[in-house]
Amino acid sequence: MLLRTRLYGKMYEFRTIKELLAKANEEKSGDRQAGIAATTAAERMAARHVLAETPLAVLRQNPVVPYEEDEVTRVIQDAVDEVVYDEIKGWTVGELREWVLADNTTTAMIRRVSDGLTAEMVAAVTKLMSNLDLIYGASKIRFTAHANNTIGLQGTLASRNQPNHPTDSVDGIRATLYEGLSFGSGDSVIGINPMDDSVDNVMRLLDMTYEVIQRWRIPTQNCVLAHVTTQMEALKRGAPMGLMFQSLAGSQKANEAFGVTVGMLDEAYTLAQKHCVSEGPNFMYFETGQGTALSADAHYDADQLTMEARIYGLAKRYRPFQVNTVVGFIGPEYLYDATQITRAGLEDHFMGKLTGVPMGCDACYTNHARATQNDIENLAVLLAAAGCDYFMGVPMGDDAMLSYQCTSYHDTATLRQLLGLRPLPEFEAWMEEIGLMRDGRLTDKAGDASFFLQR
Amino acid sequence: MDRADDKVIIDLPDPTLPEERRAIGVKNPHDLEGLRNLCAATTARIGVGRAGPRPRTRSLLLFHADHAAAQDAIYGEVAEEVKAKLGLFTVKTQVADRDEYLLRPDLGRRLCDDAKATIAARCIRQPQVQIVVGDGLSAAAVNTNAPEIYPIIEQGLKSAGVSVGTPFFIQFARVGVINDVNAIIGADVVVILLGERPGLGVADALSAYLGYRPGPGKTDADRDVVCMITYHGGMNPLEAGAYVVELIKKMLRHESSGIGLKIKMSGVE
Ligand code: B12
Repeated sequence: MLLRTRLYGKMYEFRTIKELLAKANEEKSGDRQAGIAATTAAERMAARHVLAETPLAVLRQNPVVPYEEDEVTRVIQDAVDEVVYDEIKGWTVGELREWVLADNTTTAMIRRVSDGLTAEMVAAVTKLMSNLDLIYGASKIRFTAHANNTIGLQGTLASRNQPNHPTDSVDGIRATLYEGLSFGSGDSVIGINPMDDSVDNVMRLLDMTYEVIQRWRIPTQNCVLAHVTTQMEALKRGAPMGLMFQSLAGSQKANEAFGVTVGMLDEAYTLAQKHCVSEGPNFMYFETGQGTALSADAHYDADQLTMEARIYGLAKRYRPFQVNTVVGFIGPEYLYDATQITRAGLEDHFMGKLTGVPMGCDACYTNHARATQNDIENLAVLLAAAGCDYFMGVPMGDDAMLSYQCTSYHDTATLRQLLGLRPLPEFEAWMEEIGLMRDGRLTDKAGDASFFLQR
Repeated sequence: MDRADDKVIIDLPDPTLPEERRAIGVKNPHDLEGLRNLCAATTARIGVGRAGPRPRTRSLLLFHADHAAAQDAIYGEVAEEVKAKLGLFTVKTQVADRDEYLLRPDLGRRLCDDAKATIAARCIRQPQVQIVVGDGLSAAAVNTNAPEIYPIIEQGLKSAGVSVGTPFFIQFARVGVINDVNAIIGADVVVILLGERPGLGVADALSAYLGYRPGPGKTDADRDVVCMITYHGGMNPLEAGAYVVELIKKMLRHESSGIGLKIKMSGVE
């Protein structure tokens, strides 16, 4: 394999596709930590020039973790639609970029091609794209899914109601849930991160949220984001669960550090299809985020963007209701500042869409990163323009349990009114019916948690 | 000239005082008394109201003030008195300073050579349980909570007849460092108490991460965590200490931790 170019008269050569992908990546502190980033800005651009001329077939033949060693690679490679792949395998990455952006490439055409792509191709084309490319490209791709309502429709923006509490107080969580509902948050899911991962606790939280959903006849679904094994046990014991959740990583070894395998996820998926209380046919919820593979020392010298793309390939196997990146969640060791967080948010959203899942984003930052709430508001506007399916809703953006800041109940309401976006249709009809929304705008009664003390 | 500004008096109460912080921002709520009760049930910023779809001015400014304070709090140090009180000597990971700590978690998971030698020289080997304390991402968490929780865990274990090793403090520690620790100690269970990343509401939450026979290749899947240990709206350290002791006993009994322990106990409990 010969991979090289001259740039301003200087020769740059790359030994492997993996190295080429890593060096072509936009600057990330995680890739530096791993010692695989381009050493100069010129080297980065040289890598991109070479990558742009690389045929898709070469990327398919060179997964960053070998097929024999890794079940995530196997899941992705085995799922490729060979008919579609045969049609596109001769395209270069640069051509794929132009094809996605072209005026006569429709949503339906991209959806079809997406079944012929592997994660390495998705990552490669992302690296060639500017931020506005990522926004425009993603805006052309929508995937819908259904549980008790329909996510992913053009013109909608949903919100996960995330009413976390530092000790999982049922009353505290319910109060916050009401606050969010009164702003129109909760159409994607009512999803709690538990402080205590025990089966009993998870069941208690599912019971409480389900009771609220029933009492107010809310067309939505509930979820408690405990470890998948805990949720499986809760489901077996009869807990009313709308969606089954798990955090995923991009290699088998990294998933093992999360305590999950493909076999376990297959089992969870089967169980969810049988026992979840939502209508379906989509029952799964996954979170991702650049850096998790490296954090588990399971990145195989591949860059964090490529490892992230592989997660979407794995997630697709389970026909998820929704997937979101938690961009900026871990800290500055993977995404150093607002520039890197913004870039990664746009990349992840585009990659999820191109892979073929309904895609949201937890646009967030921690207090040890160089970012502020303004940066996250900016990112949310960019992503909403890109057609992002949902954001998180947290009181004033300050999560009382996870110790990070993200988008607020106010933010989704604002973005909807700013950009003419609507809640998920079933949920909007419900908001209208109870009098919290009219013609896509909040009414005077909205933004008041005590509204929900009526029933 | 008319000095109108003599008449301007802006003299504000501290907006971070509890009664100011918890003031209801909703105009004409459906049920004011009910809303007060809802707000009292959580530390989350609810009942704040809105200006159009945006937050009201007070709650917006308070949020930004809290973020400013949280950023200032990131760089703290664990106090010498705290270490002295608990009888901890100090060792370091391979991290050189605070900036490197933030950017190189891999180095924070490995003991430096000096540390290995010191631990080898000063600690008893193969106790059933080894407790270590690390700074993690919040020194304040260690300063306020470690002196409270540590004695509870130690006494709880001793009175259950479980042997406890020589405790020490690890500067610039990440959770994964317990693998290196146990390569020297050889305990059945290792507990690391360390500071969680600071949030806006809670900046001093401590976590206890535990593993059964940690060592090379062991990951988070093999560990358990008891988190949000703080007097400020979390699990109080005394209660958490008792909980940690029970968890350790389970680990010893089932000779397992993390997902393995979960699977062993599912259906059994
Ligand atoms: C950051 C974080 C993560 C990051 C960690 C990555 C990283 N490299 O830092 C990511 C996103 C990967 C993560 C994943 C998960 N997490 Co987490 N995480 C946190 C968080 C917000 C902060 C942790 C912190 O400050 N650590 C301190 C620093 C100094 O430690 P560190 O060495 O830098 O980082 C290590 C720990 O953070 C550890 N860790 C993080 N989460 C968990 C969870 C468990 C069960 C274990 C054993 C270890 C662990 O992994 C890191 C690498 O070794 C806490 C919330 C809190 N209040 O503590 C939740 C929290 C600890 N996580 C939790 C859970 C449930 C998970 C998941 C199991 C979710 C899921 N369903 O998949 C997964 C898988 C964890 C695993 N087994 O590997 C729960 C634990 C509940 C409990 N009592 O058991 C908490 C309390 C929050 C929550 N409700 O979701 N998490």
